[in-house]
Order: sequence, then C-alpha cells, then structure tokens
Amino acid sequence: MWLIDSSIGRKFIMSITGVFLVLFLLFHSLMNFTVIISPEAYNAICEFLGANWYALVGTSVLAAGFVIHILYALYLTAQNMRARGKERYAVSKNQKSVEWASQNMLILGAIVLGFLVLHLYNFWYKMQFAELTGIHTGQFHPADGAAYVADLFSSPVYCVIYIVWLVALWLHLTHGVWSALQSLGLNNKTWLPRVKVISNIVSTIVILLFVSIPVYYLLGCGSGC
Amino acid sequence: MEKTINVTLKVWRQAGPKAKGAFELYKLDNVSTDSSFLEMLDVLNEKLIKERKEPIVFDHDCREGICGMCSLYINGHPHGKDGETTTCQLHMRRFSDGETIVVEPWRSAAFPVIKDLMVDRSAYDKIIQAGGYVSVNTGGVPDGNAIPISKIKADEAMDAASCIGCGACAAACKNGSAMLFLAAKVSQLALLPQGRVEASARAKAMVAKMDELGFGNCTNTGACEAECPKAISISHIARLNREFLCAKFQD
Repeated sequence: MWLIDSSIGRKFIMSITGVFLVLFLLFHSLMNFTVIISPEAYNAICEFLGANWYALVGTSVLAAGFVIHILYALYLTAQNMRARGKERYAVSKNQKSVEWASQNMLILGAIVLGFLVLHLYNFWYKMQFAELTGIHTGQFHPADGAAYVADLFSSPVYCVIYIVWLVALWLHLTHGVWSALQSLGLNNKTWLPRVKVISNIVSTIVILLFVSIPVYYLLGCGSGC
Repeated sequence: MEKTINVTLKVWRQAGPKAKGAFELYKLDNVSTDSSFLEMLDVLNEKLIKERKEPIVFDHDCREGICGMCSLYINGHPHGKDGETTTCQLHMRRFSDGETIVVEPWRSAAFPVIKDLMVDRSAYDKIIQAGGYVSVNTGGVPDGNAIPISKIKADEAMDAASCIGCGACAAACKNGSAMLFLAAKVSQLALLPQGRVEASARAKAMVAKMDELGFGNCTNTGACEAECPKAISISHIARLNREFLCAKFQD
C-alpha cells in the first residue's frame, strides 16, 4: 500500500490528518469564543454536542484523526532518525531561513499531546463522558460548559498552563499548515511565500481565539467587569 | 602582496567503511588567502606525505563548481557557510587567522563513508537509473521554434537542471532526505514536453528507489534549499509531491 510504503504517501497521510485537525481547531476556537460573547449560547452548543449519535461519530472521527497523525509522526520520525545514520555531525549550524518549529515538530507535538490529556480530563471527562455514562464526574451539569470554563479559569495557574499550551500549539501550526499544503503538492514558486503567510495568519487567528478565553478570565472579566 | 593565515584543521579520519573514525588536529601555517579550500587541503596532504603520514582522502574533480564531486561539511555547513558555493569554490579568504576549521564527511545512512572525508554517493546514481531520463533518443537539437515552450517553464526547468547531484541536500537534512535532489531531477524533465510523457512513471520509480535506499522523509524544514550550492528551490519538492500523488491516484 503506497500510503504506508512510500515516503510521499506517508507525508500525504500526515498532511491530510493535519489539515483535518486544523479545521477542527478552527471550529473549536470559534465555538469557544462564544463563551465570552454569551455563556448561554455556549451552553446551547454544549447541549447540541452532547451524547448524540452525530456528536459521538464526530468525536470518534476526530480521535481517529489524532491517533493516525500521532502514529505516523512516530513512524516517520523513527525512519528519519535511522536515515540520518549512526554518526552525528560534531558541528552543525542552523541556517537562518530554517524555522525553529520546523525542526522540533515532534517535541511540540508531544507538548501539545501532554496538555491535551489534561484538557480532556478538565472538560471532556466531565461533560460528554459524564453524559454518556451517566456517571456524575463533575460538580456541574454535564452540558453547563460555561460553568466549567469559569470554574477552571478562576485558577490563574490553569490560565497560564493553557496559555503555554497554546503557544506550543501555535508554533506547531505555523510550520504545520504550510508544510501540509507543500506535502500535498499545492505549492509553487509564486505561492510558496504566500502559503507561508496564509499559514501564519490561520494559526494566529486560531490561537488568538483560544487564548482570548483564559486571558479574559485572568483579567477578571469572567465575573462581570 | 598576498596575505597568509595560520589555521588549525580538525579533520575526520576513518580508515575504512567499517573502521571507527575520529577527529585529528592538523596545524597549517602560511596558507594563502587566495587559495581555495581544496588547494589548502592539497598543501596539507603534501605536508603529510613529506612527513610520511597517510594523506587525507577527499572527493574532488572539476574544481570549478559544476561537477558535483566535492563535498565536505565545513564548520557545520555542507560546502562551507557561503551560500551558493561548492567546496572547491570556497576560498581561504573566508576564514580568519588562527581559526580552527572542523571538516567532516557527509553523514547520512544512505551515504556511507568510504575513507576519511570520502563518502559513497552512488545512491544518487541509482535513483537516476530508476527513471531520471527520457527513454527514447530524441535526436539532435531541434530548431528553437519547432517545439514551443514558454519562457517561464524553460527557466524553471533550467533552474532544476542546475542540480549537480553533490548530496549537500541529504547531508544538510535533519531527516537525511534526498527529496530536493529528486525534485530537481523530476522537475527538469516533467516541465518539458519531451520528458512530460513519462512524468508519472518517472516520479513513481524514482521515489520508490529513494525509499528503498534508506533516505528519510521530507518534513519541509528548508535546510536543503539554504545549503544547496545551486540554490534549488523547495517549490520543486511540491511539484514532485504533486506528480507522485496524481500518478498514484490515477492508478
């Protein structure tokens, strides 16, 4: 199967899952932003995306996207390290045009994944999981997302943790978005700089939408300012 | 008056493919700043021969930057830190007096060391043999107006064709990937009508060979483009990806 056997096939899978996850992040960030505009509207979305069949199918597809992206990342990295050889350069200098993020995608990905586990425990476990199993895991109603958000971000430590997480994700995306398009072959000499700019804009928008929420609560606006 | 400098060279010495290598220090005084890096190594080797020591083995041929035979990872950069320059075109005026210069071979699983600074780059030849050609004899040079080709395409193909296959891309890549080389070789033919006919088969065959030879997967860091002595653009890699994916989806 060329999607597993060939290098470009593997990169294709990486790109497709990556683009899918970026689209998910775009949706997730927009959805989250509503909690600032209107907590009631946000709860309505939480209600809509509870333990319904369509929300569950969506969650499963999403989880599969994550798992494939991570498994392929590990597989590709292992192969790349082998291709680099046993002997390493004694002196190796970075080129100015090479972004730091592009050489540390696995590390950034691992940081993102680590925080993701915490994030799933903070919200998903208390919301969709609680609704699904009927076990009351949190102190609020499973669909009362706004209450969970307000509760978590009443702790400045959590606000900072989430902001650090989002910075790592931002770095991952600044390289990831344009790199995915390049791997899909959607690039040429004229579009290379443009695609990089588009990629920076998209990742910055996503991260700003996400970051606005902990910052909003950190500034004390959540309790009505 | 020509200027001279004194340098210390830290050179990788390795007796053979299986032997364990190590760095050795060599002091070289009164090196003319007008000499090229390889000429400086020649002087060092003559000195070593006079001292009845084994001279340093390194690859070189035309010494005018077009054959792609010279290599060397100098102070952390393939072909030295100058952009768009091969090792043979690198001059000693780019180094300062008293400097320690670290010289290493290409390090990549697909480029095993033969001896000292010389590596086996026949993997690139094997990739070319897998499809980097036009199967039929296209005859003599046709009249310029016989096959109309747009200036943009002709320029792009020519830029790709400037690849000398030196291996700096795979040497610089943190993944040991040969994608820039492959992309240049696929592009120079796919952009022109004579090479277009076999473009799909070529992309498939060459990528398969590259994977078989143990090169890594491209993660688009762009280190290859920055180190390429011919400044081949990574936009060619996008074309290679496109050619390959289109070919596979057509199957």
